[in-house]
Amino acid sequence: MKRFLFLVPALLFAGLLVAFGIGLTMDPTILPSMLIGKPVPAFNLAPVRPGDQGLARADLGGEPVLLNYYASWCVACRAEHPMLMRLRSEGVPIHGVDWKDAPADGDKWLQDRGDPYIRVGNDQSGRTGIDMGVSGVPETFVIDKQGRVRYRHVGAITQDDWANKIAPLMQRLKAES
Amino acid sequence: MAAEVGQFALILALLLATVQAGATLWGAHRRESVLMALGRSAAALQAGFVILAFACLAYGYVVCDFSLALVAEHSHTAQPLPYRFAATWGSHEGSMLLWVLILAVYGGGVALFGRTLRETLQARVLGVQGLIGVAFLAFILFTSNPFLRLDPAPIEGTELNPLLQDPGLVSHPPMLYLGYVGFSVAFSFAMAALIEGRVDAAWARWVRPWVLAAWIPLTIGITLGSLWAYYELGWGGWWFWDPVENASLMPWLLGTALLHSALVLERRGALVSWTILLAILTFSLSLVGTFLVRSGVLTSVHAFAVDPRRGVFILAIIGVTTGAALGLYGWRAPSIRSGALFQPLSREGGVILNNLFLCVLCATVFLGTFTPLFAELTGDKISVGPPYYSWVFAPFAVPLLALLVFGPMLNWKRDELAKTVARVRVPAGIAALVFLLVAVFAGLGHAVAAAGLALAAWLLAGSAAILVRRWWSGRAYLGRSILTTPRALVGLAIAHAGLGLLTLGITGVTSWHQDKVLNMRPGATTTFAGRTLTMTALEDVQGPNWQARQARFSVRGPGGTYELVSQRRFYPSAQQQTTEAGIHVTPLGNLYLSEGDESAEGVVIRLWSHPLVVWIWIGGFTMALGGAVSLSDRRLRVGALVKAPQLQPVAAE
Repeated sequence: MKRFLFLVPALLFAGLLVAFGIGLTMDPTILPSMLIGKPVPAFNLAPVRPGDQGLARADLGGEPVLLNYYASWCVACRAEHPMLMRLRSEGVPIHGVDWKDAPADGDKWLQDRGDPYIRVGNDQSGRTGIDMGVSGVPETFVIDKQGRVRYRHVGAITQDDWANKIAPLMQRLKAES
Repeated sequence: MAAEVGQFALILALLLATVQAGATLWGAHRRESVLMALGRSAAALQAGFVILAFACLAYGYVVCDFSLALVAEHSHTAQPLPYRFAATWGSHEGSMLLWVLILAVYGGGVALFGRTLRETLQARVLGVQGLIGVAFLAFILFTSNPFLRLDPAPIEGTELNPLLQDPGLVSHPPMLYLGYVGFSVAFSFAMAALIEGRVDAAWARWVRPWVLAAWIPLTIGITLGSLWAYYELGWGGWWFWDPVENASLMPWLLGTALLHSALVLERRGALVSWTILLAILTFSLSLVGTFLVRSGVLTSVHAFAVDPRRGVFILAIIGVTTGAALGLYGWRAPSIRSGALFQPLSREGGVILNNLFLCVLCATVFLGTFTPLFAELTGDKISVGPPYYSWVFAPFAVPLLALLVFGPMLNWKRDELAKTVARVRVPAGIAALVFLLVAVFAGLGHAVAAAGLALAAWLLAGSAAILVRRWWSGRAYLGRSILTTPRALVGLAIAHAGLGLLTLGITGVTSWHQDKVLNMRPGATTTFAGRTLTMTALEDVQGPNWQARQARFSVRGPGGTYELVSQRRFYPSAQQQTTEAGIHVTPLGNLYLSEGDESAEGVVIRLWSHPLVVWIWIGGFTMALGGAVSLSDRRLRVGALVKAPQLQPVAAE
């Protein structure tokens, strides 16, 4: 019994080592969403583009879409923007939410840089951001045909992210009934 | 050319470390003096070659040799000389080289100054040191070579991260590493004891000074890190519970426990296997600290080389080192004879209580740091923040501090409760008085603050009482009594008083800090924490490698009128912005001012009042000073030399 006590530190350490080993294989930048697999919460957002109809929960669904959060004050969004424009030109459907931003600033952003969005709504209070669990901008959600969140991407979408993660997922979602 | 010399020196050092490990361990096993002497020479030579390699890299930095990839990444011709030099350890590769440098120098120290040790014990210590050296030299050469060349060489380098261009970088990492790596000697002694299966008096006498020699720089390093964060990060926090800070705190907590248990082992021959276990765990936690920063397992502001391949290598080093050590411990420790008996209420009992509290504290930090990792294994993502630590760490730290005064008042072997309590009645009276005064003047709403200040007074008075008690008993010959006080005792009193000062600072800043944010324009005036601030100017200034927007203030308050300057610096070649806070330091409290963004409404100015905060760092440095005084004790210098004074007439440390 006493001998066993002296072995306890070694055994505890073995367990710790396994945990470290598994930890190494994980990517610390992956942030899952609470909403994965769940329907997008209801919202109805005011327009960003004057005379437009804004963005509502009912606009999502039917076909797999991207829901992209951006803001005119966000530097990383500036870096992401050309990628969104490219996706749009390739026919990827994207809706936008102008987050914690004045509608006029959000509209100026789209006019200055180009408009990648089908529909875009303004969320000045950041309320939908709380419902969706947005930690900052840019963030992008993949929404399936039933209007459920299937994937959450934190930060700017890079060529790599698109080719390896998001595009294959969109393909699969298209094939779903 | 220098880089090739450095590269070659590193390869030679790796070979020498292999020789050092093989010759000493085999030599000790076969009792071959020649082999052991070969190992000693290899250790000294290895230290020489690692010093040469480090000097080559430092030279590359100082002369801006941008054909070295590492220099090109972290240096710039406009960077001031001290920071070009300090940039040597500002990168992953360079800091690993510093790590190995310190390891090799300690190993060389054991080889040169350890002649009074039993030959086989010294050989085995050197053998284990050599093995650690082999592992880390291989890690540097195979995964993070600092001497890679660039062809063609760039004309100008990328600047070192501006946050790191600070006197803090020059001193903080080397101190921390001296501490981390210093515990490797205690670890090697522990391993040697386990291999030999016995612990003798010479072992105990040797371990404590080495632990102390590691503990002092670690204490200084942590304190410097906290001070650096306070003035450089621009929002006046002094401790963040960041994983990497925790990684330095954990070895410190266990190292402190080791320091105390080694004292019992030295004086009384008790707690043998416990001390060995602490020595193993302390160094293992130092390794985990290295692992955390570099592997990307946990995200942290300090992480500077997130590379899983390196992570796997370091994980393998930790696995083999700690795994072998704990395995050997489980196998050999049960048969090591444990020494003298003692009663629960005794100095030994006090040290055990101290060790229990420190280990629990270390465990709480460990859990807080690694829970996110463990939770991830089950699929959750969580983060552990300061609220966890204030709920879990403080409830164990406060009783430890409260009990700390009793420890040095206890007699070895056994003591009586009534007599012990009587010895601390004066500090207890002073603490009660402080509590009452603060509670009366600040109101009962500040009961926690009053208790904190009382605790600080209790620690300070209790530390003074250690010396006063000795001097009082020898008051007939007071002068001689003071002169003959062992330095270890003075060191003890100073270190414990340092904890009192630390408590004072923490209580002050957590109970009474204030802050304010406002927009200001030149000429505007505001009042804050009993002071009146006027912005006198907002101007552009030019530094050696930065431009700054500088706000000047004239402050009128208790203690007269003075000027305060804060800057927003922009480093063009690094494309980074930093904030240089304006701080007015007084013993009673700091005024901390930092400049923010400029807009149409003026400049955002953040103001903090940090009462008594400066005592946190004074306390930390005081603890280190106590350690240094204790290390200079005659007993440690002479005791280590008992066996062969004719060979070694000079002090060993």
